[in-house]
Amino acid sequence: MIHSLFLINASGDIFLEKHWKSVVSRSVCDYFFEAQERASEAENVPPVIPTPHHYLLSVYRHKIFFVAVIQSEVPPLFVIEFLHRVVDTFQDYFGSTNVGDQLPTGQLSVVPWRRTGVKYTNNEAYFDVIEEIDAIIDKSGSTITAEIQGVIDACVKLTGMPDLTLSFMNPRLLDDVSFHPCVRFKRWESERILSFIPPDGNFRLLSYHVSAQNLVAIPVYIKHNISFRDSSSLGRFEITVGPKQTMGKTVEGVMVTSQMPKGVLNMTLTPSQGTHIFDPVTKLLSWDVGKINPQKLPSLKGSVSLQAGTSKPDENPTINLQFKIQQLAISGLKVNRLDMYGEKYKPFKGIKYMTKAGKFQVRT
Amino acid sequence: MAASPAYGEEKGGSSSLGEPEYGHDPASGGIFSSDYKRHDDLKEMLDSNKDSLKLEAMKRIVAMIARGKNASDLFPAVVKNVACKNIEVKKLVYVYLVRYAEEQQDLALLSISTFQRGLKDPNQLIRASALRVLSSIRVPIIVPIMMLAIKEAASDMSPYVRKTAAHAIPKLYSLDSDQKDQLIEVIEKLLADKTTLVAGSVVMAFEEVCPERIDLIHKNYRKLCNLLIDVEEWGQVVIINMLTRYARTQFLSPNQNESLLEESAEKAFYGSEEEDAKDAKAEVASLAKRKPYVMDPDHRLLLRNTKPLLQSRNAAVVMAVAQLYFHLAPKAEVGVIAKALVRLLRSHSEVQYVVLQNVATMSIKRRGMFEPYLKSFYIRSTDPTQIKILKLEVLTNLANETNISTILREFQTYIRSMDKDFVAATIQAIGRCATNIGKVRDTCLNGLVQLLSNRDELVVAESVVVIKKLLQMQPAQHSEIIKHMAKLTDNIQVPMARASILWLIGEYCEHVPKIAPDVLRKMAKSFTNEEDIVKLQVINLAAKLYLTNSKQSKLLTQYVLNLAKYDQNYDIRDRARFIRQLIVPTEKSGALNKYAKKLFLAQKPAPILESSFKDRDHFQLGSLSHLLNTKAVGYQELPDWPDEAPDPSVRNVEVRGASWGAGVLGEPQKVPEWTKCTSREKRKEKVEKPFYSDSEGESGPTESADSEPESVSEESGSSSSSGSSSSSSDEEEEEEEEEEGSGDEEEEEEEGAKKAKKKKAPQGRKGHAETSSEEASASESSSSGSNSGSEAEAKRRKAPPSSRTGPKEISLLDLDDCDHPPPPQPVPSSSIVSTSLVTDLEGLTLTDTSLAPALLSPTFGAVRTYELLHRMAGEGLSVEYCFSRRPFPGDPHMVAVQIQISNNTDAEVKSLRVSEPKPLSGMRIQEFPEIERLAPGDTASVVMGIDFCDSTQAANFQLCTHTRHFYVSIQPPVGELMAPVFMSENEFKKEQGKLTGMSEITEKLTLPEKCRSDHAIVQQVTSAANVGRVPCGADNEYRFAAKTVTSGSLVLITLERREGTTAQLTVNSEKMVIGTMLVKDIVQALAQ
Repeated sequence: MIHSLFLINASGDIFLEKHWKSVVSRSVCDYFFEAQERASEAENVPPVIPTPHHYLLSVYRHKIFFVAVIQSEVPPLFVIEFLHRVVDTFQDYFGSTNVGDQLPTGQLSVVPWRRTGVKYTNNEAYFDVIEEIDAIIDKSGSTITAEIQGVIDACVKLTGMPDLTLSFMNPRLLDDVSFHPCVRFKRWESERILSFIPPDGNFRLLSYHVSAQNLVAIPVYIKHNISFRDSSSLGRFEITVGPKQTMGKTVEGVMVTSQMPKGVLNMTLTPSQGTHIFDPVTKLLSWDVGKINPQKLPSLKGSVSLQAGTSKPDENPTINLQFKIQQLAISGLKVNRLDMYGEKYKPFKGIKYMTKAGKFQVRT
Repeated sequence: MAASPAYGEEKGGSSSLGEPEYGHDPASGGIFSSDYKRHDDLKEMLDSNKDSLKLEAMKRIVAMIARGKNASDLFPAVVKNVACKNIEVKKLVYVYLVRYAEEQQDLALLSISTFQRGLKDPNQLIRASALRVLSSIRVPIIVPIMMLAIKEAASDMSPYVRKTAAHAIPKLYSLDSDQKDQLIEVIEKLLADKTTLVAGSVVMAFEEVCPERIDLIHKNYRKLCNLLIDVEEWGQVVIINMLTRYARTQFLSPNQNESLLEESAEKAFYGSEEEDAKDAKAEVASLAKRKPYVMDPDHRLLLRNTKPLLQSRNAAVVMAVAQLYFHLAPKAEVGVIAKALVRLLRSHSEVQYVVLQNVATMSIKRRGMFEPYLKSFYIRSTDPTQIKILKLEVLTNLANETNISTILREFQTYIRSMDKDFVAATIQAIGRCATNIGKVRDTCLNGLVQLLSNRDELVVAESVVVIKKLLQMQPAQHSEIIKHMAKLTDNIQVPMARASILWLIGEYCEHVPKIAPDVLRKMAKSFTNEEDIVKLQVINLAAKLYLTNSKQSKLLTQYVLNLAKYDQNYDIRDRARFIRQLIVPTEKSGALNKYAKKLFLAQKPAPILESSFKDRDHFQLGSLSHLLNTKAVGYQELPDWPDEAPDPSVRNVEVRGASWGAGVLGEPQKVPEWTKCTSREKRKEKVEKPFYSDSEGESGPTESADSEPESVSEESGSSSSSGSSSSSSDEEEEEEEEEEGSGDEEEEEEEGAKKAKKKKAPQGRKGHAETSSEEASASESSSSGSNSGSEAEAKRRKAPPSSRTGPKEISLLDLDDCDHPPPPQPVPSSSIVSTSLVTDLEGLTLTDTSLAPALLSPTFGAVRTYELLHRMAGEGLSVEYCFSRRPFPGDPHMVAVQIQISNNTDAEVKSLRVSEPKPLSGMRIQEFPEIERLAPGDTASVVMGIDFCDSTQAANFQLCTHTRHFYVSIQPPVGELMAPVFMSENEFKKEQGKLTGMSEITEKLTLPEKCRSDHAIVQQVTSAANVGRVPCGADNEYRFAAKTVTSGSLVLITLERREGTTAQLTVNSEKMVIGTMLVKDIVQALAQ
């Protein structure tokens, strides 16, 4: 399957290579560099590049290209998914403890995802229910499409071989689910209960999609007034962010970004709160708003200077929004209970809810 | 150290990295200033007694390798440590060996004995890692040792070691393909392994070494299917892909009925004409044998066991299942994969890229599948361009008459995007929508024309190119646009756009007689500065004008041709010479001159704008080859379905005792006994028999096999085994459970006759698959047919008419038997039959139920006609209507109402039409096309669509003729507000679980005597409501499912027979009103 792997950093250096079969010369990456040049942006490099003798399959994460060299037919997703897992593993491994202090030890266990002989003094199991709202809002503020995608991330540190069950108050909300392999599918099918022997440590238990029939509550709105005038080289820019359906919770971590048209030279803006940056090279405006205080709505106002002599841009920029709401699952999903079988001790259990903006866009 | 210079040299050859950049290497720490001394410190550390130093050295060496630096000169120093006791050191030494053994074969041999010792180690981890390294060092001389090691490891007691053995197989094969035969033996052995750990790895080895040996899979097929859910993710992908190919060679196409139905009409015709020719009969028999499609239980097993994996977190697994369903499942079931694929669109952009490519291909074949997810393909400004363009492709594929306005509105936003490549692609997409959907062609064209005044030249250019293609479809109506475009030549600079405009003007110069010569004048001026493609089009334009309007353009043409004559580009010179000869008459110019006009101004077919993903599904979806749209190295073709199923018994495995685990996902299992699966299968077959036939059959044949036995025993106690129907049921029974063969059969048949009957049976069954007339002719042929059969057979042939005439109502068969001309009111009946035909053709989910009344019932009860306008009130015009239960074309939310209008007056009735529909809020009426004239005594039948909004409120409208208006109204019975849906028993239960409480209505009832057979119950329920039967495991339960036509809410019906004559009816539906009314209607129908 994968013949060789090359890691290429942002400046185009191959800084790591690994060969599982005979060595493939790193000159094969030249084809990749060519494609990279053609693509102009890193994210537009085709994930699959055919070359005369090999196929290059790559993923781009953390500003690094992971380029796998393949010699014959293989499902492309097989390789791509695998590369992403490799990156995840790197992230876990290099992100935490001292690098290289301890090499991972091979483990054989009846439960392939859990090593044997796990021991903790404090037995604890935490679950985070995190929901993301993907939405496209049109010019007039009406929702074109909105969906809720959720995950349950777990951090389980339990001694021995615990067997957990987690049930929901309203499992019917979940429309489409995908599981960590530890979850017993049949049990879910018949009883809508998550039953599993957890892996040790951090893992994603479940991803779900909330059924489209339920209307999605949109927690924030943006009022915008962006105009470029043909006659003058100045434009107006004004946006206000406000809370909408927040179920009484505070919206925080609000961040507004917007890609300005090429013709924009600079922006002179004043925020009512938070900090903002306009990068005249990439034309990216970002405004770190912070918390929304419903009594005093945050706004960003000012003028836009346009390239003189050229006509006004055809298009208005799209506004991308990020935000967080603690202690709320916007879909209304609620965990009913968590039980443990198979071990005698009493674990400490905790559940946290959070709602975030996913791909949340406002067209202007 | 004599060797080290030599290694230094080799370094240059073996690695391509050129000069090593020592400065950047923190591990080397500036020690390697000279080639002779390099790595001395590492060698020292490796030679030391301390494990910690060795470990440190090995870490640095491995880090060097990872950076692509050459560490080959350390080989002797490293290889000594292969026997090191420290496991950490050992592992790193292995890493080094795998990298350099190939280059240093002789030295590598020194390590072999260590591995051989490792292979005997009591620790399974060490055995496995020894095998792994041994098989990874590519040293041809040790091939025999590897072979031996693999064989031994394949019988190791540890599944982990056996798994490693499976991994070693492709490695050895790539090193020495002569080992193939021996390796296949090992593969065969490992395929029989019963642990999940080994399964994926050995199938991988199978795929790499001997994918053509499909016979090795037979005995392991069921085991692989059953193990699948517990195999690790990567193994699942490999197994699923392999099983897809396997299934394509072993099973029959589940969608064959659609194609066969078309054929069969013809075939039946032959059958009826048969002049006792035995071979003809044999042919019919063989054809018929093939026709009643019942899915092989093993095929079903595969579909059932892969479906849960759509829930996998692994995108590759989801894609593998999706492609399996796409290539193997009956059309009606493929839809389940859409949701899972759409889910993957949330993943990393590379995953999206691959998934969208596959969705693009699928959405051409099965548009309906992704339509509900239209919005998931909407484009965000933050999507990478390549993703945007793929989404655009999918949106365009999904566009149809109903959603086009939404899609176009969305496209409008895209056109304003800053990403110009994407804008260009959007314009092309609009062009494709315009060509595919005639309704919006003008709208699109107008939109594109507006874009011509866009500031961005690329946008304008792309629009010009697309407009050109669109105009070619109907140039006459658009001379205004052509004029507008002619003006653009002054400004637009993009060569392709200029060329397109010139071509348009030339081609349609007759529509713009004044402008065309003027454009030519301007172009003649700028000729020398134009790009080549523009020049060619200028010449083209000149030639065409010369032919149509030589008075004004003769001089200009000559001027242009002269310029072209001396052009630098030889193509242009060439073209000029050619055209001059062709259009300018001289003495020398031959016969062609006469035809110049025809040559230049011939009607040219409009270009077809089609997706680049069309027909890409001849590659297995999800494969690299599919993505590249070209065959990749090592791609295994996806075979076509066989015409005849190979022997299914090859998959039978001897049954051994012992039970096996429930196969629950993630359940740790203690070496389960998978072989038992056969016995389980058998049990399943019995229990789920109706399931298979119901869900897969989808058409007459299976249905008749299924429900006729009851009907026969019920209604024809007198005529005993009656004709084709019973013979078909017999065959079914013989296959399934011999001991249940019906009693009357035994009375009648002798052994010999039995055989003959078997042959005959398929033909009888086939008859049921046809439309009524064909059925009639088939049965006629069999009753009037030859005397060649045995006595028993002849008897049976006579039987059908007698049994059919029994019931009082007219039956279809009767009509033909008596050789009557069709009675004056055949429309309802023919409409039912054609309904079933249509639905069969479309592979829709109308299962047996809709066919049952049509083909089996002797009554017309299923399709009731209602009066819309009585003959008296209508002054001689009588109008009746019925619900044809056919999907209304063009709008799935409408109920199709078949209207039959008879003119009983003695004058012609003109311009019959619907006018002033006064629908209640939300209700919509799609009128039937106006009937221009209806002669006296004539009858016309039309279809109109009404969206009743899931209510039984009447739809009011006026029926107009040229003289009169009649107020009429159509009130639908609640049962007609829905359309059957297919679902499996599990889905049914799942959905039912969601619709409890208020949504559930239960009623007890007593079944009258004549309504106790399965057949009668099914018939009564399906005549009362347009529902589809759902397979059911229990004998005394009947399940039906439908969706309301407007909102698509599920309506689930369960009828449970209790002891005696009581029964309980349960209806589950969100729509409580519909549920309540439906209960009433069904109870009434059953009480009759």
